[in-house]
Amino acid sequence: MSMAPDKHILLARGLNKTYSQRSGRFGFGTNKVKALDDVSIALRAGSTLAVVGESGSGKSTLARCLLQLQPLDSGEVMFQGNNLASLSGHALRQERRHLQMIFQDPFASLNPRMKVRDIVGEGLLIHEIGNPREQLEKVSRILERVGLSAGDLNKYPHEFSGGQRQRIGIARALVLEPKVVVCDEPVSALDVSIQAQILLLLKSLQQEMALSYIFISHDLRVVRHIADDIAVMHKGRIVEQGKVAEVYAAPNQDYTRNLLNSIPGRKSLAA
Amino acid sequence: MTELLRIENLTIAPVSAPEQLLVKHVSFALESGKTTCIVGESGSGKSLTALAVMGLLSDQLQRQSGSIIFQGKDIAGWNNQQLRKIRGKQIGMIFQEPMTSLNPVLTVGYQIGESLTEHLGLKGAVLKAKVASLLQQVGIPPERANSYPDELSGGQRQRVMIAMSIACEPAMLIADEPTTALDVTVQAQILKLLDELKSRMQMGMLFITHDFGVVADIADNVVVMFRGEVVESGPVNQVLSHPQHPYTKALLDCVPDAEGLKPLKPIDYAWLKTGVAA
Repeated sequence: MSMAPDKHILLARGLNKTYSQRSGRFGFGTNKVKALDDVSIALRAGSTLAVVGESGSGKSTLARCLLQLQPLDSGEVMFQGNNLASLSGHALRQERRHLQMIFQDPFASLNPRMKVRDIVGEGLLIHEIGNPREQLEKVSRILERVGLSAGDLNKYPHEFSGGQRQRIGIARALVLEPKVVVCDEPVSALDVSIQAQILLLLKSLQQEMALSYIFISHDLRVVRHIADDIAVMHKGRIVEQGKVAEVYAAPNQDYTRNLLNSIPGRKSLAA
Repeated sequence: MTELLRIENLTIAPVSAPEQLLVKHVSFALESGKTTCIVGESGSGKSLTALAVMGLLSDQLQRQSGSIIFQGKDIAGWNNQQLRKIRGKQIGMIFQEPMTSLNPVLTVGYQIGESLTEHLGLKGAVLKAKVASLLQQVGIPPERANSYPDELSGGQRQRVMIAMSIACEPAMLIADEPTTALDVTVQAQILKLLDELKSRMQMGMLFITHDFGVVADIADNVVVMFRGEVVESGPVNQVLSHPQHPYTKALLDCVPDAEGLKPLKPIDYAWLKTGVAA
């Protein structure tokens, strides 16, 4: 990559992660699966890097390993001068405030027994930001910003539609004013009209709050619209990366070409 | 061109709330050797319409009105016994999730053979040969007949489902989001396979999807549904290139294009209702 390193907000180098799987008819054997095989990525400040791949390519493992939600076998994740992979406990928690995640399934990722105010405000409580009054103010403000209202504070997740729940998930991640947000398939569970709303919301929040996104997705049409850079994953490796417009116009790898040619509606089946 | 299926004025509502219509006065037709796509968002009634054709609506729902004319006969009022004779034989079905639609403790060969025994009385070596040829047609090595569903990949399972559904050479195939759970490269293969089988066997295909990209790839005709109603229908080129209804236009504007040339526009529901931009 030719970009100057000081422009990168997150740099991951040589990430490796192996899972052991039980194999054989009765599970006595073990089978090693390389989920991440020498993966390196660089996220430019204020930009969106899409990580695309099919199921099992390792893209979600990469998301979790970047945030240290899962331990790496080896490799380093540089953020604000620290290697996150070497931090633990309090030091790691302090950095996590600046690294947030938005999940795919807005039905599974919100605690059904918590009110919206507590779901969105939980991070403020954990990181001891402000007094209760200030916390409530912050929560109300971010809810309004994502298109909900202060009237929703005391509601429970089941009272919302899928798109509204994803807005709650976004508010929960952004209330801490993070620098990097990892979005793991944030619109794949949503109808296409809701998907468009959420994508536009993510884009305007990015500009307003100077956010950098890592956007995990299998949908190459969505990626074309939201991302600046792209990394294509296949079997735990990054097979191609570059600017979205360039990779889409002239993919270097057969795998990428095949992926792009499979986008529905792009070319007729007869071709 | 022979008309295979005609749905007229189909209306479906919950038994407990008969005034709350889930499918409202839906009418459209399907020809042999052609694909009609029903496209819509969740809650549009597209799957209910397909289930009604097969007589598979849940007990909590009722068909309030409408006829379902299949090969010239109105099958809307048929009971289960009558429907069982045509389901799987003249009407094949494929669903979204191949894993939940297959029985995990039976080999895929057995499951493909079931309907052949049931409807055509095939047994023994003849049955085995027919199963092998079906597997070959859907691109799976015939020796996989002895595999269990969990030994196959998602794409292979969907191929097995397709082999099951075309086993008796049905006149019509109903496919409800058959590629939604699959990876994009596998989806492209399955769509191609379905399209080829449709042409070769001169089946009429009723294809339910939420994805306009898939519609562009596979449909001859399109039916756009919104909140239980058909808002627009017609030949695929006409509907996709010159949509007439504001909802169709708005929905097409939400679909990101692979070239990134078109700005995304979310649906303005206020405008849809009143014709005036909010």
